[in-house]
Amino acid sequence: MSELTPEEVKHHIKTYVLVFIALAFLTIVTVGISYLDLGHVGGIILALIVASIKGTLVACYFMHLLDEKVTIYWTLIATVVAFLILIFVPLSAMLDHARI
Amino acid sequence: MDIPYTVKNRPDTGLYNGKLGVWLFLASEVMLFGGLFSAYIFLRTGVDDWPAGTEYLDVPLATLNTLFLISSSVTMVMSWASLKLNDFKKYKLYTLITLLFAFGFLVIKYFEYSAKFAHNPPYLPSTNNFLGIYFTMTGLHVLHIIGGILVIGYFYGPGSKMWNSDPERFTNRIEIVGLYWHFVDLVWIFLFPVLYLL
Repeated sequence: MSELTPEEVKHHIKTYVLVFIALAFLTIVTVGISYLDLGHVGGIILALIVASIKGTLVACYFMHLLDEKVTIYWTLIATVVAFLILIFVPLSAMLDHARI
Repeated sequence: MDIPYTVKNRPDTGLYNGKLGVWLFLASEVMLFGGLFSAYIFLRTGVDDWPAGTEYLDVPLATLNTLFLISSSVTMVMSWASLKLNDFKKYKLYTLITLLFAFGFLVIKYFEYSAKFAHNPPYLPSTNNFLGIYFTMTGLHVLHIIGGILVIGYFYGPGSKMWNSDPERFTNRIEIVGLYWHFVDLVWIFLFPVLYLL
C-alpha cells in the first residue's frame, strides 16, 4: 500500500467499520440460508456465494488488495489458477465415475 | 546477526521485501488449505450419503466464533491504522483486543472439541470421513490461530520496543502480520459454511 496521509488513514478507518458491519450481517445471512429449503445444490451455491462476498471484502479492504501493486496481483493470479486446478481434480474424477 | 531488509518500497517490485515475502507465503497457504478443500470435495462427492454438519457440530458456537474472528480482523487492521496515525497507545489497545478475540476463538474451539470427545460413543477423526476432514481442517486452522497469537503477542510485548527505534519498520511488520491474520479469518469464512452449514 502506498504512503497515506493521516486524513486518508481516517477515511480508511470509517471503511473498516462499514466492512465489519457488512461481514457481521453476512454471517447472520449465511446461517439464515442454511435454514431455508433451497434444495441441496441451491443451498450450497448460495452459501458459497455469500462466503465469497465476505472473502472479497476481507481481501479488498482489510488486506488492502484494492490499492496493491501489480506484483501482488500476478502472484495471486498464479495462485488462483493453481487453486482452481486443485479444486477441479476431484470434480473431474466425479465425472469419470458418472461415465462408468 | 542482522537479516537484510528493506523498509521503503523497492523500485522493481513496488513493495518492501517483507510484504512480498508474506504474500508468497500466503500463496503457499492457499495451496495447503486448497488441497484439503479438494480432499473434502473428493470425499463428499464420492458417497451418496454425507451427513449434515448440524448432525455433529454446534452451529451457534461456530457462529459466535465467526463473529470473534471478523472482530479480531477489524481490530488488527485498526492497530495498523493507529500506528499510521502515530498513536501507539491505541495500537496497544487494538492489539490486546485482537489477542482476546483470538483466545476467545480457542476457548470456544476447546469446548467444541471436548463435546465431541465426551459424546457416547466419542466422535473422533476415525469415526467417519466427515469427522476426519472436520478435525483435519479445523485442527490445521487452530494451529494457524495459535501461530498468529504467538506472533501478535510478540509484537504486543517485547517486539513493540522497535516502535521507539524504527517506527516505520515496526509499522510494516504490523501490516504484514495483519495480512497473515486476515488470511486466517478468510479461511474460516469458507470453513464455517462448508463444514457446519452444508
